[in-house]
Amino acid sequence: MKRIETLDTRDLAQSAKDGGCGECQTSCQSACKTSCGVANQQCEKCCSED
Amino acid sequence: MIHAYQLNGYNIILDVFSGSVHVVDEVAYDLIRLCETQSAGEAVEALLEKHAGNPEITRQELLDCLDDIEALRRAGKLYTEDVYAGKAFDFKRRNPVIKALCLHVAHTCNLNCDYCFASQGKYHGERALMSFEVGCQALEFLIAHSGSRVNLEVDFFGGEPLMNWEVVKRLVAYARSRERECNKKFRFTLTTNGVLVDDEVIDFCNREMHNVVLSLDGRREVHDRLRRTVNGKGSYDLIVPKFQEFAARRGQKNYYVRGTFTRNNLDFTNDIFHMADLGFTELSMEPVVCAPSDPYALTEADLPVLFEQYEILAREMLRRKEEGRGFTFYHYMIDLKGGPCIYKRISGCGSGTEYLAVTPWGELFPCHQFVGDPAYSMGNVWDGVTNTMLRDEFQLCNAYARPGCRDCWAKLYCSGGCAANAYHATGSIRGVYEYGCELFRKRIECAIMIQVAEAQRKKAKKQEALV
Repeated sequence: MKRIETLDTRDLAQSAKDGGCGECQTSCQSACKTSCGVANQQCEKCCSED
Repeated sequence: MIHAYQLNGYNIILDVFSGSVHVVDEVAYDLIRLCETQSAGEAVEALLEKHAGNPEITRQELLDCLDDIEALRRAGKLYTEDVYAGKAFDFKRRNPVIKALCLHVAHTCNLNCDYCFASQGKYHGERALMSFEVGCQALEFLIAHSGSRVNLEVDFFGGEPLMNWEVVKRLVAYARSRERECNKKFRFTLTTNGVLVDDEVIDFCNREMHNVVLSLDGRREVHDRLRRTVNGKGSYDLIVPKFQEFAARRGQKNYYVRGTFTRNNLDFTNDIFHMADLGFTELSMEPVVCAPSDPYALTEADLPVLFEQYEILAREMLRRKEEGRGFTFYHYMIDLKGGPCIYKRISGCGSGTEYLAVTPWGELFPCHQFVGDPAYSMGNVWDGVTNTMLRDEFQLCNAYARPGCRDCWAKLYCSGGCAANAYHATGSIRGVYEYGCELFRKRIECAIMIQVAEAQRKKAKKQEALV
């Protein structure tokens, strides 16, 4: 595509089918403790596949 | 829904419900935005008018771009519909297990920080240390209620957890002794102000703690202004060498040096750069959460300054990475390929359901920020969660439960935000702490921009290698 470049991303719709194992980290256990963000959490399945 | 924004010279289109990220030129940027609300024909005419006199922007050029846009739409990467709203509440009901505890092993502290949400460790109550027996019962409670979850998280928190160090060590040993039999794996985190860190603490933590959070606010004058000992002395000189040793012996991984910024240091990026210059590579800096009447509270008028600071931070991180001296900022960590699935993005931090805080007396609260508020007592580690109405309220509190989040492009990145912040700002856990949202959206824009910039950099290097 001449004018559009698409980054390689996880397909969220697909993750509705293959996600949800619940083994991932609980957000607040990491560093923030005063806000909620899940974007910076890693998928436990993706980590173990790497 | 799409979110289109321009940052650091990039035109970025985020397709909210697929998670796709596109970096585009000016023409595609306009066309994609117009096509969200207008017909393709109208969009093309509008752009031809805008670029009248520019021979490079022809009708055919625009039609070709439209074809690309249509291909992305068909591939589920643009204008994706929200198919999760109806499922959001079912997602939350699916996993009624507990997988993380915040153990308040010490409701006391050896620092007297002005902004402490735990009111110098006491959480508006009595000073207390958790006994080994209460801690063991908390671990047994977690094991018993974790269902088939293997990975369990336990955070040693306070106050200052090193003021109850012997109990921390004994609880780690106890948990390890239960892992094999129960088919569980404990991941421990310790959050500390550093005052009591010594060789033994470092050795033990680097062997047993999956993560350590080291509290430092940045530059000496900034840190010492609010993080003082009970005698009123600054703590910077006392803790920084210990933290440097701690991080170095950990191999500079699985830790965060975490600060809080306030109205006293709106130029907080200088504190982050100071941390990086001290040799730390894993950094976090949080906006203070306090009453609006507090003298260091952030205000509406500060927002433009803070937005600019986040942009400065992003650009400097890119620069330092290119120079081989990069560092990680917690809120800019975003793994576009291996990030959280949609279930996680909808259900959020799990406070009050998957995640509970335990007081020194074994009382349960939805999270550390609710501790001490009798209205949010959920039960105890012997009887379990007895306030099931409260648990159900938290269970249904997700990215789709807050009316204020309905039209927000960032809801699948914050999952509706922090329930405690919402409660403290609006009186309801389903409210929206708009100030925090403003900062959050800016951080996600910067985080995605960094990913775009790095992808472009890699591509350029690849092309250079081919020439």
